[in-house]
Amino acid sequence: MAFGSTAALVAAAAKQPLWQAVLEDDCRDRGAERADSLARMEKLWQAMVRSAAEYEPGRRSASGLSGGQAAKVAALEGALCGPFLQQVVSTALAVAEHNACMGRIVAAPTAGASGVLPAVLLPLQKRDGLSDEDMIRCLYVAAGFGQVIALRASISGAEGGCQAEIGSASAMAAAALVQARGGTADMMAAACAMALQNVMGLVCDPVAGLVEEPCVKRNAMGAVNAVACADMALAGVRSAVPCDEVIDAMAAVGRAMPAALRETGQGGLAATPTGRKIAETGLRAERT
Amino acid sequence: MTIFDIMGPVMVGPSSSHTAGAVRIGRMARKLLGSQPARADILLHGSFAATGAGHGTDRAIVAGLLGMAPDNGDIPGSLWLAEGAGMAVTIRTGNIPNAHPNTAVLTVTNTEERTLTVSASSLGGGRIRVNAIDGMEAAFSGELPTLIIRNEDRPGILSEVTRMLSEQAANIAAVQLYRDRRGGLAVMVIECDEPLAPSLRAALSQVDGVVRCTYLNMEEA
Repeated sequence: MAFGSTAALVAAAAKQPLWQAVLEDDCRDRGAERADSLARMEKLWQAMVRSAAEYEPGRRSASGLSGGQAAKVAALEGALCGPFLQQVVSTALAVAEHNACMGRIVAAPTAGASGVLPAVLLPLQKRDGLSDEDMIRCLYVAAGFGQVIALRASISGAEGGCQAEIGSASAMAAAALVQARGGTADMMAAACAMALQNVMGLVCDPVAGLVEEPCVKRNAMGAVNAVACADMALAGVRSAVPCDEVIDAMAAVGRAMPAALRETGQGGLAATPTGRKIAETGLRAERT
Repeated sequence: MTIFDIMGPVMVGPSSSHTAGAVRIGRMARKLLGSQPARADILLHGSFAATGAGHGTDRAIVAGLLGMAPDNGDIPGSLWLAEGAGMAVTIRTGNIPNAHPNTAVLTVTNTEERTLTVSASSLGGGRIRVNAIDGMEAAFSGELPTLIIRNEDRPGILSEVTRMLSEQAANIAAVQLYRDRRGGLAVMVIECDEPLAPSLRAALSQVDGVVRCTYLNMEEA
């Protein structure tokens, strides 16, 4: 049985690391052996590593909207955000573009948000020399918080807008980063809460209904937001509103969103004159 | 919902509903037909029709018909691979009244001229639902080992089938019954917790009144 609240998740982490509480819950839930669960998570981690490594700067999506942008950011000299965040941004774009170009990715929690977790975990593993085992523990933490978000709110753009997709991925990544840096369970919940707060109300408005514009760039935003929130949490900054209440608020905002702003390609950027033009000309070009 | 519904699956992008789910729909039609189709007519409805080309929905369905899983790196090249495999594919768009926005209707024919029409929808996160087989209503996901038994609509067949399942200690998760008319042709969809032995499947197809027994295990290659 999944944790019904992040408070329950944090409480379960009183006697053991939070990642282990999630692992044990998974074994109970699926009637699986510990080794089986760990092997499955390791496969996902290796697939994430590959999703970034397989990125080809020359590849373009069917619509022509995506491709080549990660390489541009990676090549930028004197990046304002510094070398670590530059890698975070370029990795987010690389995986999201790879996804748009029909590359193989790990939905985390969705395909549209697949760039966020690898974007923060891969550069950190490299920078701090962390083991794959460390990264797999991060994925358990991310999955534990993600499960509560999915249960209490949503991880689907069609249901809850982009806040539910990139927002959920960002919140999961923030908690995972706290794990990687040796923070406490309370800090993980704070990081998760702050990451969700920062994207509260973000709509899902894909141009031409495709998982490309602005989705690819929002992966970069979600990743940078995760890093900022993890650092805030590790420094002792707390969310005034508890994590579970933030998640519930995100669910309520999602329910209040009109359908035009929930992945229908009819509102926001999709409804701009340029967005409409891309939808008309782009899709016509594909059919011929 | 397990943690692996949140983390994963590994899939070819860009969309879990429009790409990964579409692969599963193609794979489902292939499994139900029992062999690789020689011909396939694919009708895309709703969002599948509107944004399918940009999401690779057409290529994803054909990849599934070729037996690929959602994480197969060859999905983008499936139309070309189908041509090489001698599979004739037509892809159309159209409107199906009251259908789920991500619905496809596949009519597939094998080399023995057996034809099957499957209507299926992609529900999000890569999960799918079969809505109808050959016009007969149904509702199953293929997530569990599933028996689809077509039988004459007369008393005793369901109890005989469930008796044989219980003899083999196969636990039933869900049963659905449909028929076109009283005394006509009926369909039972039985979802089980564990895979079923080939001998049991063979015995079930020999039950008096059973016209055809199809066994579906999406986990098998």
